[in-house]
Amino acid sequence: MSLITARWMSIAKEAVDRAAIVARFLCLLHVADTYLCSPTLVYGPSMFPTINITGDILIAERVSHRLGKVGPGDVVLVKSPVNPRKTLTKRIIGVEGDRIIFQVDPVNSDRCQRVVVPKGHVWIQGDNTYASNDSRHFGPIPRGLIQGKVLCRVWPPEGFGSLSH
Amino acid sequence: MSARNLLWDAAKKCFAIGLIGITVRDRYVSIAAVRGASMSPSLNPLVDEASSSRRPISDDYVFVEKFCLEKYGFSHGDVVIFTSPTDHKERHIKRIIGLPGDWVGISHIDDVIRVPEGHCWVEGDNLASSFDSRSLGPIPLGLVRGRVTHVVWPPSRIGRVERKIGHQSVHSY
Repeated sequence: MSLITARWMSIAKEAVDRAAIVARFLCLLHVADTYLCSPTLVYGPSMFPTINITGDILIAERVSHRLGKVGPGDVVLVKSPVNPRKTLTKRIIGVEGDRIIFQVDPVNSDRCQRVVVPKGHVWIQGDNTYASNDSRHFGPIPRGLIQGKVLCRVWPPEGFGSLSH
Repeated sequence: MSARNLLWDAAKKCFAIGLIGITVRDRYVSIAAVRGASMSPSLNPLVDEASSSRRPISDDYVFVEKFCLEKYGFSHGDVVIFTSPTDHKERHIKRIIGLPGDWVGISHIDDVIRVPEGHCWVEGDNLASSFDSRSLGPIPLGLVRGRVTHVVWPPSRIGRVERKIGHQSVHSY
């Protein structure tokens, strides 16, 4: 009888050990993903021609937006202010205090509008002015919505490299 | 076992505990301190409204749950913690008054505003000393970091944070 109990005990102990290893691994993954960098699949026409319509895999780093070190020209991942479950990829055009002049409707008219970006906000726009839903529609967005800065493209392999202009 | 091995083991344990701690704090639950009297009397109650010192006696510590962030399913009256839209390093705790599609009345200028899609309207319980949507405008839901459910410290104040439906009328559209 005691032999059987001992065997069960050892099996249970091993199961707990394995579970702990898996849990630690998942936690490490989460921490690396939120605080260091992570791969992201990006698709859609709004950043064409910088990012292909069919989908690219980018590496995004998660450090500089915490330190406030993102500036004009950086491509960033942003939580959509319209739907918090969606993430957008756009380029920062202006930071707080900048004067922005933009075309309200580039397809049909030349009408321009000017705004000043308020404190703690950034102005984001897609590279494809004609098919992008960005700050021209929902206004400047708070820095707190920025999720990361895109470092480089890793897929497709021929497009490997940084995304700067 | 040598001293070096012992040290190595201890370091590995600390590392694992740190990893698990950070993950739990980011994804599931955390504790936050409440500063200022903007949520009095629900949090940091003022002893005497008329007294000369308008500071609460001690800071409350609250329990924040983050399961609500998966679906962004908030209801009217929830107390939430969110990143300030003007400074991404600051956090504020306020009560949700209006959700997307609601019409919210602003008492001091007698106006009605429609809360846009993906935003919410937050106000402090202590309207006299609260910096909230009345000056900031609607807050994007993406800035919300969790829902405040309980006060956990000091011991005399342990208890649930009640969900209160606001003092002003809110009309769902």
